Amino acid sequence: MILRARLDLPLDRDGSVRFLPWIVALMVYLAGLALAGTLVVRDAAMRWDRGLTGTLTVELPAAAGGRNDGAVERALKLLRGTPGVTRADAFDARRTAELLEPWLGKDIDAEDLPLPRLIDVETEPRAGVDLAALGERLAAEVPGARVDDHRRWLDRVLRTALAIEIVAVMVVALVGLAAVLAVIFATRTGLAVHHGIVEVLHLIGARDGYIARQFEWHALRLGIKGGIAGLALAILTLIGIATAATRVGTLEDAVRVLPALSAPASEWALLLLLPVVAGLVAMLTARITVLRALKRLP
Amino acid sequence: MVRFENVGMRYGAGPEILRDITLHLEPGSFHFLTGSSGAGKSSLLKLMYLAERPSRGLISLFDRDIATLPRREMPGVRRRIGVVFQDFRLIDHLSAFDNAALPLRVAGVDENQVKEHVTELLSWVGLGDFLAAKPPTLSGGQQQRVAIARAVIRRPNLLLADEPTGNVDEELALRLMRLFEELNKLGTTLVIATHNQGLVGRFDHPLLHLENGELHTERARARSLG
Repeated sequence: MILRARLDLPLDRDGSVRFLPWIVALMVYLAGLALAGTLVVRDAAMRWDRGLTGTLTVELPAAAGGRNDGAVERALKLLRGTPGVTRADAFDARRTAELLEPWLGKDIDAEDLPLPRLIDVETEPRAGVDLAALGERLAAEVPGARVDDHRRWLDRVLRTALAIEIVAVMVVALVGLAAVLAVIFATRTGLAVHHGIVEVLHLIGARDGYIARQFEWHALRLGIKGGIAGLALAILTLIGIATAATRVGTLEDAVRVLPALSAPASEWALLLLLPVVAGLVAMLTARITVLRALKRLP
Repeated sequence: MVRFENVGMRYGAGPEILRDITLHLEPGSFHFLTGSSGAGKSSLLKLMYLAERPSRGLISLFDRDIATLPRREMPGVRRRIGVVFQDFRLIDHLSAFDNAALPLRVAGVDENQVKEHVTELLSWVGLGDFLAAKPPTLSGGQQQRVAIARAVIRRPNLLLADEPTGNVDEELALRLMRLFEELNKLGTTLVIATHNQGLVGRFDHPLLHLENGELHTERARARSLG
């Protein structure tokens, strides 16, 4: 039926719809980048969430005059004796220096600086350690001690990731809407150009679906064609970004904060569906447009 | 078969071009539709092949009131009507074969049957050597024969023809009229709009005559002789 439908209307020869694959290509390109951005940000947020779940950082105030006041040992003893805590290790001078390296450089002696002392703690997530109570007990043992479960920071990161996802979804929705409008315009133009043939088909007893199929098949082909071109461009752009991120030194640092294009392969496969989705949206739009127009015929 | 009761028709807000048309066409009847240019012949045919709706009155086709006919059933009614348009309305990018095959294809007829019937009919109207020709490469008379083939390919119950012999010579006109008569004998109801009084006079079929948008009926031969 589809092959036959291709014969009745010379839609392939319409100059008026030749722009459609280019518009769809641009739309799929933008949608591809937005979708890729969403996948990367969501993946990064999930990894941070997973990585920080069940970890705490205990911060003890700097020791007066740099001398050992035994606060770290007391805190470690309390933490290791707390049910649900599986590990508690103090940051030594070398790890502290590593943390400060991006700001203070390599040649620093952390022990000479009045820095808060940090203890890295792991807990059994299912044990449900009462952080408030732990914080109070630590403060009683070491005045000024503070427990940070990274939740506030992580919540902020997750909120930002969600905002980026919402913006990306809106971009995809707007891009999709623009593509739909372009298909409606192209289909209406096709209907106007081929009004005579459409009327003959209608008068000899063609059902509306028969006439609509010719337009929808044409729109499907144009949509997929444009979609593949747009996706190819999007993939090239993403490869370019990934390559730049790994080659340029300054970006390497940025990559630690905004992770590189890393998301599960199954999620990247979503991008491959874009041309199919573009084609189906074009097809459905053309069908609805034609059916609505045909309803105006007697 | 075809029933018009007090039908009036106007285009948009223009004047009424058909007034109080009342006619009953029995199944298997054969009528000529005559009238001067602008009398409303084409408009009357358009009402019959459902290309236009009346502005008043009642039209029923095949005992179905078209005003209340559900839209989904309209294609079925249209498939029972064959139309030869005055301007042929062939599809230029399709071959003569594909043009004539359209009514069969939109009805979902098997492609082998399509090939057999269309080839046979186009050969009968003298276009056996032009199956693959596109309409713009055919003469007016040849295009007209393709249009007639398209109209009769499904052996319609009602055949409406607007000046079907206008572009062919006398001999072919008579041959086409014989085709119409054969179809009529097989039960097809025919209405043929024509200016060709000589042709009308050769056949003893009733005449529907339009004058100033009003319909008069009489016997063709009587009018021709009169």
